[in-house]
Amino acid sequence: MTKPKVAFYWCASCGGCEEAVVDLAEDVLAVVDVVEIAFWPVALDFKVSDVEALADGELAASFINGAIRTSEQREMAELLRRKSAVVVAFGACAWLGGIPGLANLSSRESILELVYRGSPSTPDGDGVRPREETDVPEGRLRLPHFEETVHTLDQVVDVDYYLPGCPPPVELIRSAVTALVEGQLPEKGSVLAPDVALCAECPRVKTKPADLRVTEFRRPHEMIAEPETCLLAQGLVCLGPATRSGCGAPCIAANMPCTGCMGPTSRVVDYGAKALSAIASLVAAEEEDAVGEVLRRLVDPVGTFYRYSLPASLLHRRVERETAASRGGAEG
Amino acid sequence: MSSEILIDPITRLEGHGRIHIFLNDSGEVDHAYLQIPELRGFEAFARGRRAEDMPQITSRICGVCPMAHHMAGTKTLDDLYHVDPPPAAKKVREMVYDAFMVEDHALHFFFLGGPDFVVGPSAPKAERNVLGVIGKVGLEVGKEVIGLRKELRGLISDAAGKVIHPVFGLPGGISRPVSPELRDRFAAGAAHAVEFGKLSLQVFRDVVLSNQGYVDLITSEAYTHRTYYMGLVDERNRVNFYDGRLRVVRPDGTELLSFEPREYLDHVAEHVEPWSYIKFCYLKDVGWTGFRDGPDSGVFAVAPLARLNASDGMSTPVAQEAYEELFSTLGGKPVHHTLVTHWARLVELVNAAERMAELAADPEIASPDVRAIPTEIPTEGIGVVEAPRGTLIHHYTTDERGLITQANLIVATQNNAARIALSVDKAAKALVHGAEVDEGLLNEVEMAFRAYDPCFGCATHALPGQMPLIVQVRDPSGALVRELRRD
Repeated sequence: MTKPKVAFYWCASCGGCEEAVVDLAEDVLAVVDVVEIAFWPVALDFKVSDVEALADGELAASFINGAIRTSEQREMAELLRRKSAVVVAFGACAWLGGIPGLANLSSRESILELVYRGSPSTPDGDGVRPREETDVPEGRLRLPHFEETVHTLDQVVDVDYYLPGCPPPVELIRSAVTALVEGQLPEKGSVLAPDVALCAECPRVKTKPADLRVTEFRRPHEMIAEPETCLLAQGLVCLGPATRSGCGAPCIAANMPCTGCMGPTSRVVDYGAKALSAIASLVAAEEEDAVGEVLRRLVDPVGTFYRYSLPASLLHRRVERETAASRGGAEG
Repeated sequence: MSSEILIDPITRLEGHGRIHIFLNDSGEVDHAYLQIPELRGFEAFARGRRAEDMPQITSRICGVCPMAHHMAGTKTLDDLYHVDPPPAAKKVREMVYDAFMVEDHALHFFFLGGPDFVVGPSAPKAERNVLGVIGKVGLEVGKEVIGLRKELRGLISDAAGKVIHPVFGLPGGISRPVSPELRDRFAAGAAHAVEFGKLSLQVFRDVVLSNQGYVDLITSEAYTHRTYYMGLVDERNRVNFYDGRLRVVRPDGTELLSFEPREYLDHVAEHVEPWSYIKFCYLKDVGWTGFRDGPDSGVFAVAPLARLNASDGMSTPVAQEAYEELFSTLGGKPVHHTLVTHWARLVELVNAAERMAELAADPEIASPDVRAIPTEIPTEGIGVVEAPRGTLIHHYTTDERGLITQANLIVATQNNAARIALSVDKAAKALVHGAEVDEGLLNEVEMAFRAYDPCFGCATHALPGQMPLIVQVRDPSGALVRELRRD
């Protein structure tokens, strides 16, 4: 029997998803044994032309990590989509936009201005900035266009499944590959992780009061958290109630709150809105002013609640309109 | 007729270098440009974030060296909040950081840069990878590499929360102490790492140093630049990865500068070129005089060889011996041959392993006292560590609520960027004569920058395997004359 062919590919990402795959491959040679890796540019020397030579749908699955920011990434996503029976958005960036997706808070122009002129280590000079075409004495050099907006994978191509996490936990990668090989994949569109909130698997859940009420939110550096008690009950903004489980709660084991990298459960449309409402609903105050006072301690709502999901959020479009308006002034 | 050669690792779309070689009428290299086609703008979207989130946010700059960014960010928070962590917290941070250095250096030597030497720069391309290395040094060593990586990454996970994107760093300490059980596992892991480091040095002696052809290649002019060198040193000017003063030595090895990381803006500045998204760091004390080496150019280097050059020695015995062997073999300090970086990396691997063992044996290491609560109003903080690839600087300013108003990040590969550009140009000029380049030759050009273990954009960093290349030779009208693929 021929082994199913799979591909791994990275778009705008940090390499952490690749490292997670390496960690898996070392750990579970059996998994690698049952599939043939047809394309994995970071580790194996197959080329884009090898993918182009495949028949449409010949790849059993492509695991694509990273968000989409350049035309090259878009084209690779489209190529792999055509060649694959199944496309899996691998990790928080591909699924929701991830931390690099916070770049949607800034326009392209403001990023260029800040990095090449506004940085304290860049002396005010002749205002040189990178350009898409530069004539040097020997000829012309080109750079790719630095795009305005970060997109999720499913804003660019049709996606069959999603693997959550930053990076996806090794156990979930292993289960996904196994399900693929055994033909046990769930309904299209599923997120390949348990569909319950992290609190369900949190070792501290027993200390989470049923009628949890928070009178003051505190920040992680302001206190030494008790190592066995529910972090929310201690006033830390732990996003466990709004976040999908499946990671094994390693951050909480390290006595740090969940920041939501596993994204929402299937019942949630906009992760940030859900997380914000989950936290706000815990505020123990009846008067509107008093509620406001407690919520004022949440000093960075976007970075706290949309840290991994801004491009996937409803806010994404508002940001896009803003940047479209400022596009006229951007230098090439 | 002039023509161009473009080396573009097209299967690594972002975060990777692109080499553009211009040939003149007689077919000699006019100039080779290394371009970095990527920008993500972390400095921009850091604005408005909570300062305490920065160690976790900036670790997403690089999933290969997330610990370096996490630790630089955490130390920046100490400075920002004017808070001094308890001794045990500093020791645990350094121990975990050393485990990370060992693991990362091992990855580079055996999987990425090492194949050029262990297997050979002109060996068949199908063998010039980690499997070829294992074939040459034996399956046992191969298993050691994989086993040690797994062990150390497990330790880092257990201490820092996650190995890919750690969470334990806070201003004033760490979020959780090391248990006695975990301390014992660190001690065992460190012992394995020390033995592994000795073995790796022996592999280098047996395979590389005993081969005169390799030694000639390493010391050849094509791979040599006489620049300044920078690295963190302790109070006795010995290499330290976690903390210390920044020391800079001149091309003749004498000290130019020794300064507190807080003073970095007095000494380090960034030069912008229109043809690359990366900024090129230089020493302000000397000035930017273009892409050239020598005492009149502010171009400097960081990373393993630079750290050894900028120091007076190593802090641990086996590493110190290896340090002395390296410099005595190559005729004294400083060594300007870029490819010696591979050897220096192994010296550092042993040092990190020995230092990890010392810290694991420290009576204080499992102390529960690992946090000091900040009490002062945050204003401005600067933190520096030595990432595996060189000096890494984080600098944040905040408002009184601790929300970031400005973040400046200078990553290792930026510090090295000008020297890497020099290396590529010089290697191309020495090695490429005419458009008829073959694959082995290209690899030798590529070796000029692979030695730095460059992390372009510190994002899509190269991992196990070899870098696929396509070279296109075009005539002045842009028509394709010749295409060479390495796959």
